[in-house]
Order: sequence, then C-alpha cells, then structure tokens
Amino acid sequence: MKTDSPFLELEAAPRVRVWFDGQPLELPDGANLAAALLAAGVRTFRHTPVSGAPRAPFCMMGACYDCLVETGGRVQQACMLEVKDGMRIARPHEAEAAHAEG
Amino acid sequence: MQKADLIVIGAGPAGMAAASEAAGAGLRTVLLDEQPRPGGQIYRDVDRAAGLRGSILGADYLHGAALTARLRSPGIEHVPGAVVWMIEQGFQVSYTREGRAARVAADRVILATGALERPMPVPGWTLPGVMTAGAAQILLKQSGVLPRQAVLAGSGPLLYLIAAQMVRAGTPPLALVETQTRADMIRAGRHLGGALRGWRYLAKGLKLMAEIRRAGVPRYTGATAIAVEGEDRAEAVAFESGGRGHRIACGTVLLHHGVVPNQQAARSMQVPHLWSQAQQCFAPVADAWGRTGREGVFTAGDGAGIGGARAAEYSGRIAALKAAEELGRLTVQERDRLAAPLLRQKARETAVRPFLDAAYPPYAEALAPDDATIICRCEEVTAGDIRSFARLGCQGPNQAKAFGRAGMGPCQGRYCGLTVTGLLASANGRSKDETGYYRIRPPIKPVTLGELAGAQDTPAED
Ligand code: FES
Repeated sequence: MKTDSPFLELEAAPRVRVWFDGQPLELPDGANLAAALLAAGVRTFRHTPVSGAPRAPFCMMGACYDCLVETGGRVQQACMLEVKDGMRIARPHEAEAAHAEG
Repeated sequence: MQKADLIVIGAGPAGMAAASEAAGAGLRTVLLDEQPRPGGQIYRDVDRAAGLRGSILGADYLHGAALTARLRSPGIEHVPGAVVWMIEQGFQVSYTREGRAARVAADRVILATGALERPMPVPGWTLPGVMTAGAAQILLKQSGVLPRQAVLAGSGPLLYLIAAQMVRAGTPPLALVETQTRADMIRAGRHLGGALRGWRYLAKGLKLMAEIRRAGVPRYTGATAIAVEGEDRAEAVAFESGGRGHRIACGTVLLHHGVVPNQQAARSMQVPHLWSQAQQCFAPVADAWGRTGREGVFTAGDGAGIGGARAAEYSGRIAALKAAEELGRLTVQERDRLAAPLLRQKARETAVRPFLDAAYPPYAEALAPDDATIICRCEEVTAGDIRSFARLGCQGPNQAKAFGRAGMGPCQGRYCGLTVTGLLASANGRSKDETGYYRIRPPIKPVTLGELAGAQDTPAED
C-alpha cells in the first residue's frame, strides 16, 4: 500500500488500526473514513462496474457515490462513515458495487 | 410514529435557522440531518473545527457556531446521521439512522437541502485525485486534511476562498486556472449597483485575491480546453490561456464553477421547478416565504436558489415564521412584524448575486462537453452518447435513462442531470423547461432490506 500521501494532515490525532483490502493502516480515531484513507495514501477506493475504471472520493458530501467501499458486510459511502478501531474495509466487488445502486 | 409540528431537512444555515426560529415560536420541530454534527457543508463541523483551525477557515465560517448554539433548545429535536430517503404527503418522512429505518410525521416540512457543486465534466474528471473545490473545503473543515500539490480550476469566489485557506495552512495551490474572461467582468459591470449594496462581498473577494497574490500563486484567466491527464489518477492539468497551451503537473485537481440547488428531495415530492437563466440551473418555484407549489412544503436556503450562507439563514427563519403562522402559533401581524427585518436583510445579502452570476459564469465547455467526455460518472455515459440519443428522438432526461442508463447509477443524476438537460435542449433546439429534468422517485438515497427489517417504525406497519 502506498503511503506517500498527496495530502497534508494539520493535526495529529490518536490512531487506531483498521484494515483496507487486508493491509493494516493506522487512522485517526473517529475521523471521516474517506478523508482518513486519502490522507493515508489510498488512491483508488473502487472500480466502476461498467469499465473497471478507478475512482476515489469526488464530493465528500454523500452525493457522488464514488467513495463506495465495503465494510460491515455492506457497500457504503466512505465519506459518510467514521473510523472505528478494528474496522475492516475492502474495495467493493463489481456485483456488490452495482447492488448498492439506489 | 413520532409526531411533530414541523420537520426541517438539512442542518446547514437555512435548516438550523429555520429550526431555531420555529422552536422559538412554539413549534415542536424535528431537524433531520445526514451529518454526525450540525453545520451543513458551509459550516461543516464548526463546533469542533473552530478551536482547531479557526484562523485558517476565517470569520465567516466561525459565524456558524452562533447557529449551532441555538439548536440547544427544548423545542428542537436534532437527529444527526439521519439519511432521508422518502417524504410522503401528509407528511411522513422516512430516514435511516445507524443502520435502522425510522419515520417521523409533521404538518409542515421545510426542505433545507442546500446546494451541490455544478457538474463540471471535463476530460479526465472521473480520475482519482479530481475532486470538487467543495470537497476540499469539507476535507479541511471536518478533517484538517489538505491537498499538497493541487491545481484549482473553474470560476467563482469559492475558488479564491479555498485557495486563501490553503495559503494560510501553509500548502498553497500550484495554480488557479480560471475560466472567466475580462468580457464577463465587463458584462457584470451593469450589475455593479447591486454589487455595491453588497460591497462587503466584493471587499472580501479582493482581500482573498490579495492573499493569493502575496503567496505567489499563479493565476490564469479565460482558460479553455481544460483537461485532466493521467493513467489511473490525476497527474496534470492541461489548458489554454493567453493564446498558448499550458500543462501543470499535480496530484490533485479541484474543480468548481458554481453551485446549484440540490433538487432531489423537492423533485421527489413533485415540487414544480423552473429554469433560472441567470443562475443556469433549475430552482423550485416558491413565493417570498419559501412556499412551494406543494401545500405545506417550504424550501429555504441554497436549495431554493443560490443566495449564499447568510441569505440562507434569513430565508430559513422567514419560512419558519410562515409555518408558525399557518399552524396558529403566530398571528399574521406577529409574523409580519418578525419577518420584515429578515426580508430586508435577505434582500441586502442577495443584492450582489446578479453581479457574481455574471462575473463568474459557468465554464462553457463543461456545459457542452466534447463527445468523448463522460458526463454521467456512475454509468460512464458520454456527451456524444447523449447527442446520439437526441438524434434517435430522445427529448428529455427520463428518456435518456432508457436509451443509455444516464442518471440510473447510485448518484441518481445528481452530477449529470443538468448536463443531460443542457445537451438535449441544445441538440433538440428546445428550452431547458421543455426538456425538463429526471423524474426523481424515492428512495432518494439507497435503503437496504436489512435497514427496513431493523426499523423502529417501518412504513409497512401502519
Ligand atoms: S465522496 Fe461523493 S459520496 Fe462520498
């Protein structure tokens, strides 16, 4: 996993361990999950069901659905979730990403 | 089912102000909001961020704390983390919270659902690393996270604000690539009278520009042919400005050319909308109180037409006063006495808008993108696809769904709807109103069977 982040974090916060696609990451406890993953250097959150193109957060306000990840057995918007200790996050598989469609 | 007098949807400036004004008039008010803490996008997380990074975010942002403070009233039940997915006549509002569906009823509804970034489809805008300028603001406000190597592209005052905040945070943007031209500014000159009444905005804008200049951030204006380049993430922005081509290597591209009303909730209730030529978007038809064409449904804030955060606050209070009068908590005289200063202040706040709308018009090439440019991010439909649907007889956005799935992905057309309307209108030589918009049906946000099964009060129960 790349950790050379294109993002700057202004403050240091206590970290907890989460797993993203099986890799351990130390993220700020209670932080916005999409922001924390971006700051940790995660570039691609999912691939589109249509062409497999990589995507990452675009709007950060729950409107674009480009930040979809799989966690807690569901495909959810990372920008609407908070980091919790021990969280397991994965890039959604095509079928599940399509299933999340409203 | 829980019953209230008023349900306010959205805890941004309009929704927070509406809820506190309504509670002050004696209405039992439920304020539903998607975020864990109040503020909306403009004052996102103000209670936490003010102490941590208030000096970067500035005084306008800190004003939001005055609004969140007023939510601590016994008349307001603020439900954070509530994702509204259906609003039924009557009114019953269904939402999901912490994985469970719930429902609340009330006699009046104020939609304070705010704005979305105007879609800015340019080549490469779907690449990781490309975000809206609003997204960068949210990252900064909520998380204290800023892009290190960013280029800002588009037009409008928000670009100056985020650029200045990045300067203050010690990570200035690499460049501002602005699409507006000198001709736009000259055309805007005829609205200068209104702008001078809103001179505080102009003064603030000039101050931000001075901050950006002092930091040595290059500015390019009249930019055309903007494209984001990169294989599987943004690596550079290419564009033309001043008669020659430019290419700036970067890790993040922030796009912005204005914000537009978030229509989803209002459209799902069949609230009539009309095209606004000045703001280049659809807005719900509403009277001075924010009353829409649907009995009992109000709209306030940027969701009713873009006016900015302060105007949103006044419009929220105005709508709440009208709702309180309709429900018998205020007399018509009391309502008018309380509303008069608010209506005046709102007019003063919005006086600058015609100038801003004319000075920073949307980027023309993003309103009519090249054939190869993706316009529906979810289903990867291109502008050329939409034009070919028009040649096959497609008249409106709803038909475009059948022709090629445009607008059928999870975002439900939030980031393609206006583009599809614009492309079909010009291809068919019809107006935007004739062309129309997607029919929005509930659920306006995805809801799972599991969430319905866990419901405290499911729609099926009664
Ligand atoms: S980034 Fe757009 S929905 Fe999460």
